[in-house]
Amino acid sequence: MKANCWHGKKNIQVDQVPDPKILNPRDAIVRITSTAICGSDLHLYNGFVPTMKSGDVLGHEFMGEVVETGKDVANLKVGDRVVVPFPIACGNCAQCQRELFSLCENSNPNAWMAEKLWGYSPCGIFGYSHLLGGYAGGQAEYARVPFADIGPMKVPDDLDDEQVLFLTDIFPTGYMAADVCGIQPGDIVAVWGCGPVGQFAIKSAYLLGAEKVIAIDRFQYRLRMAAERAGAETLNYEQVDIPEALKEMTGGRGPDHCIDAVGMEGHAPGILGAYDRAKQAMMLETDRPAALRQAILTCRSGGTVSVAGVYSGFVDKFPMGAIVNRSLTIKSGQTHVHRYMRPLLERIQRREIDPGFVITHRMRLDQGPEGYAIFNDKQDECLKVVLKAA
Amino acid sequence: MQRYDNEQARGEQLAVGLGWFSIGLGLAELAAPDVLARFIGLRDTSHTRSILRAYGAREIGTGIAILMQPDNPMWLWSRVGGDALDLASLASAGRHDGADTRRVGAAAAAVAGVTALDVICAQQLSAQQTDGQRVAPSRQTGVQVERVTTISRPIEDVYQFWKNFENFPRFMRHLESVQVTGDRRSHWCATGPAGMRVEWDAETIRDDENEWIAWRSLEGSDVQNSGSVRFTPAPGARGTEVRVQLQYTPPGGAVGRSVAWLFGEEPDQQIHDDLHRFKQLMETGEIPLSEGPGLWRAAQPASNPEEIRRIAGVHR
Repeated sequence: MKANCWHGKKNIQVDQVPDPKILNPRDAIVRITSTAICGSDLHLYNGFVPTMKSGDVLGHEFMGEVVETGKDVANLKVGDRVVVPFPIACGNCAQCQRELFSLCENSNPNAWMAEKLWGYSPCGIFGYSHLLGGYAGGQAEYARVPFADIGPMKVPDDLDDEQVLFLTDIFPTGYMAADVCGIQPGDIVAVWGCGPVGQFAIKSAYLLGAEKVIAIDRFQYRLRMAAERAGAETLNYEQVDIPEALKEMTGGRGPDHCIDAVGMEGHAPGILGAYDRAKQAMMLETDRPAALRQAILTCRSGGTVSVAGVYSGFVDKFPMGAIVNRSLTIKSGQTHVHRYMRPLLERIQRREIDPGFVITHRMRLDQGPEGYAIFNDKQDECLKVVLKAA
Repeated sequence: MQRYDNEQARGEQLAVGLGWFSIGLGLAELAAPDVLARFIGLRDTSHTRSILRAYGAREIGTGIAILMQPDNPMWLWSRVGGDALDLASLASAGRHDGADTRRVGAAAAAVAGVTALDVICAQQLSAQQTDGQRVAPSRQTGVQVERVTTISRPIEDVYQFWKNFENFPRFMRHLESVQVTGDRRSHWCATGPAGMRVEWDAETIRDDENEWIAWRSLEGSDVQNSGSVRFTPAPGARGTEVRVQLQYTPPGGAVGRSVAWLFGEEPDQQIHDDLHRFKQLMETGEIPLSEGPGLWRAAQPASNPEEIRRIAGVHR
C-alpha cells in the first residue's frame, strides 16, 4: 500500500509498504477513506520529537471502513464506517476505567522509553514516534487499529467524512481544552494560536457558554478565520501589546481562562523569543513556551491555564511564581478522545457545529509531502489539509 | 525494601563504561602512538611514542581489571592516579618546543573531564562498599532485583495465573519454556545474555494461596537463581499489587553482566518490562504489538508479522 513516511527533518515521502496485518486478537484493519495532517505532525516534520525512525508511517487523524477484525473484536464487522481516536486505549486498566484514555497503562509497547523521559508512560499514539508506541500511522491506504473493540466509533451514513473526521483528534482536543476550564456564565476565554485546534477551542468555549473568546495569533488570515468562522475577537501579537490589550478587553481583570493551542514551537517577538530559539538550537531546552508564559502572566488571578499544545520535554523561564501567588490552575493532557467522541458526534448531528469549517486544502493521499510543506509554511492561507485516500 | 539494586547498578554501569573506554584508549596508544601524539599536539619523537605505548599498556590493564570487577572501587581509584599522571605528562610536554599548545590544552581538558567521571564513579563504588548492608558485594549474591506493579484484577485471578509456571514464557521475554515436571518441580529453559541458552530445574519452596509463591533452582544448576512473588490487595479496590523478587548469578559472572549491559539488557529493566507485559496480559488479554518495537525497525507494517513478534520477544 501507499503510505506517507517520515525520513528525517522536512523529509516526507510516499513509500510503497506492506499492507498491515492483524497482530493481536483485538486488532482491526481499516481501509482509510480520509486522513488529515495535524498541527502536532508538524513537530515531527520539523524534527522536534525524539525517537522517530526513517520509514515511520505518519498520521493519527483517520477514518475509513473496517475490512478485517481480530477474533476478539465483537462490536465491529467488515464494512462498518468508523472514526478512529488518535490515542490507543485498552479500556481495561485503571486509567481507562476513569475515562483518562490517553493515560492507558497498557497500550504503549515501548513504555520504557517514555518512562525514561517523563517518569511514567502515557498511551500509545498512531504514527507519533517510538516513544509513544512505534505504531504505524494512518496517512496511508490501510491502518491496523489495536484495541478496536474500544476505540473506533461507527458513524452514521448521512454525515460525510469531512463532518466527522475531526472527531479523531482536533475537535475533541479543542473541546477538552475548553471543557477543563470549567467555564461559567460571563467568563472570557483567551486562546493562543488560531490553528485548527485553536479554532475548535474557540468554538467549544462558546458551545460551553463563554461570554467572549479572544483569539491571538500573528497570521492575519488565521485571525480572520477565527473571527468569521468561529466568532472570536482577535489580536495580532505582532501589532499589539497582548497583556495591555487583554486588560483593556476584560475590564482590567484578565481573561478568566487562557488556552495555549500553540505548543512547543511558539514564536515570540523580542529578546525572549531569540533566547528560546538559541537555547532550543543548543539543545538546552527542548520546547519554546512563548505562548504558555504569556497565558500564565495574563490570566486572571484564580483563573485556569489550559494547555492543549504539545510539549515534549523541558521549558525555561517558567513563571511558577505567578502560578503560586495568584492561585492559577494548570490543566493539560493529551486528549481523552474516547470520552468526547459520542457527545460531540451528537452536537454535530444537532447541527450545533460543522467541524468541516477548518478545512482549506483537500489533496490526494500521495500529495501528502506537498501538504506538509504547504501547512508548515502557511502557504496559500492553509489552515487544515485533508488527504483523500479513497 | 532494599536500595541495593539500582544504586549499585548505576555505579557499576559507569565503571563498565569507563573500563571499555580505558581499553579503547589503551589500544589506540599502543597501536598508533604517532597519530595520537600529533592529534593531541605533541611532538612525534621516539621518546613520546614509547611513553604513549607504556601508558597504553597501563590503560588496557586497568580496563580489563575494571571489567572483571566493576564493583571494586580500587580499579577506579587506580584510573584516577593514571589520569593525574596523564595530566602531569601533558603539562610537561606542552612546554617543549614543537608542541601545539592549543591541541595539548584541548587534550588536557578532555582528560580532566574523564578524571571527574573516574572520581565520581570511584566514590559511588566506595560508598556502596562501606554501606553496612552492602558488605558482601555482588560476587556472592549475584544480581538481585525487586519490582512492583499494580494490576486491576482480583487477587485470586492474578495468583492463579502466576501459580501456573508454564504461563511465564508468555510474558517473561527471556524464558523459552517452563514445564511442570512433578509435584513442586519444574524445568526452565531461557536465553541468557548474548543469546546463550541455559536450562535448569527448580522447586517451589513456598505457595501460600493468594499471598506468596517462591521458587529456587536445584543444586547443580547452570544458573543459580531464586524468585518470589507476593500479592497484596491495592487500597481502594485498585486491584492487586504484585511484587517480584529475583536473584541470580548471571552466566559468565561479571563480564557476562558487562556484556549484557552493553546490549541494554539490564536485569532490573528486564524484570520491569516483563511485569508490564504481565499486566498487559492480565488486564487486556493480550500483549499489544506495534510495528516499531523499540528502535529496532521503522513503524511500518512488516511483510511477515513474525518479524515483529520476534523483535518484540512475544512468543504467542
